[in-house]
Amino acid sequence: MSGLLEEMTAKALSLNIPLNVQLDLTYRCNEKCVHCYLDHNDHGEMTTAEIKHLLDEMADAGVFVLTLSGGEIFLRKDFFEILEHARRLMFCVKLKTNAVLIREREAARLRDLHVESIQISIYSHHAEVHDAITLIPGSLKRSVDAIRFLKSQGLKVIIANVLMIQNMQDYPGVRALAAELGVECTLDPTVTPMMDGDRSILSLGVDSSALQQVFRDSALVGDADEFCAIPAESGESALDATPCSAGHSACYVSPYGDVFPCVQFPLPTGNVRRQRFIDIWRYSDQMNDVRSIRVKDLTTCSSCTHAATCTRCPGLAYMEGNMRGPSSQDCEKSFARTGIPSANMLAKKRAGVNLVQIRPAAIPAGAIA
Amino acid sequence: MSSMYVARNPRVAARGLGGEMMIMSGRDSTLFTLNKTATILWQSADGETPLDEIVTRKICSEFDVDPKEALQDAESLARELASHEILQVSETPILPGHSGAEKSK
Repeated sequence: MSGLLEEMTAKALSLNIPLNVQLDLTYRCNEKCVHCYLDHNDHGEMTTAEIKHLLDEMADAGVFVLTLSGGEIFLRKDFFEILEHARRLMFCVKLKTNAVLIREREAARLRDLHVESIQISIYSHHAEVHDAITLIPGSLKRSVDAIRFLKSQGLKVIIANVLMIQNMQDYPGVRALAAELGVECTLDPTVTPMMDGDRSILSLGVDSSALQQVFRDSALVGDADEFCAIPAESGESALDATPCSAGHSACYVSPYGDVFPCVQFPLPTGNVRRQRFIDIWRYSDQMNDVRSIRVKDLTTCSSCTHAATCTRCPGLAYMEGNMRGPSSQDCEKSFARTGIPSANMLAKKRAGVNLVQIRPAAIPAGAIA
Repeated sequence: MSSMYVARNPRVAARGLGGEMMIMSGRDSTLFTLNKTATILWQSADGETPLDEIVTRKICSEFDVDPKEALQDAESLARELASHEILQVSETPILPGHSGAEKSK
């Protein structure tokens, strides 16, 4: 993070301003990715007017970075109308898409509307691997063609490469493809549980030895010895830190208007169809509960060797049963990185018990105006 | 002396944050923050109001400054912001949606 952005984020935190929001415009999708955490049926998406009104509210609330995602955003017939409205309100707009529906005309319109960046999911440089994940024949070619159209318009494109068992060996090829196309490439070894709590798709995630391979790859992490070094003891400042930006300077809004701390943190905090966005952000009991958590408050994790360096996701912890508890997927990452088991792993080994899935709590009646 | 007109560049992203204006350049995503004076200039940059009028109405009324000196500073600031593609500067009024090359004074 640049110095100025860090300064602005700190200011937003002190003023309780939601600087970053991800808004999913739809959960419908034209790909059927095997690892996707969403229910793709339309259960009553917000209308164009509702979304425009929400964007007005978000601009008033101080939102600066607006990420439009889905589902597949280009499946909404009003996508460009929404984007035009967002840019009129001077949001810094980032898009997440599979890009299958982006041709020359769409790329030119995105350029005219000055979107900041377009993140595109690519799973492999081999069509047979990528298309076997999206379950759409020809999808890799369509996405790569789209990247070329976007690049020819001078737009910033980022390839997002989710690592799974099926494509584990292909990430160097994806990075080479990104270099050939002149775009950035990010790698994410996290498969997220379904939003309804179903954890079966986690079986698609890579195992510990594959994670070790990734964390020791200097092309990805720079100095591998430094990256995988045994963490220093957590100081007081690390224990007083907030776990992540979810609910602090960022949040997520679903296509149905539900507001959550993050796309990966399905704790319901309110709905913009019934409440003002800023009121949910400021006054929701759930949002304030998330906001109150410091590393020192985390059960198990606060005493863990990895407390200061762990990538612990509070949303994944929530989906595992306790937002103040550990996120086993991140424990595995810390272990793969350093070879030292987390406090959670040691406790589970001692107890020999399995995890218990707890469903998201319902919103208390008084929380809805 | 000819007038200078200033307009917000439609390529940027911008939002007020605690009295400051946060601006992201459309050229290379560089982030800038504008101080109070620059924020007034940014907010008043409608492409139609001459810079000298903005200075007289919005800056001299707010700050205890010499009008001539304030105008010189504002012109210099406007050119600097134009060099970062945050503002557009022209000798003639700038129509809405205009994003062509700026004509510097």
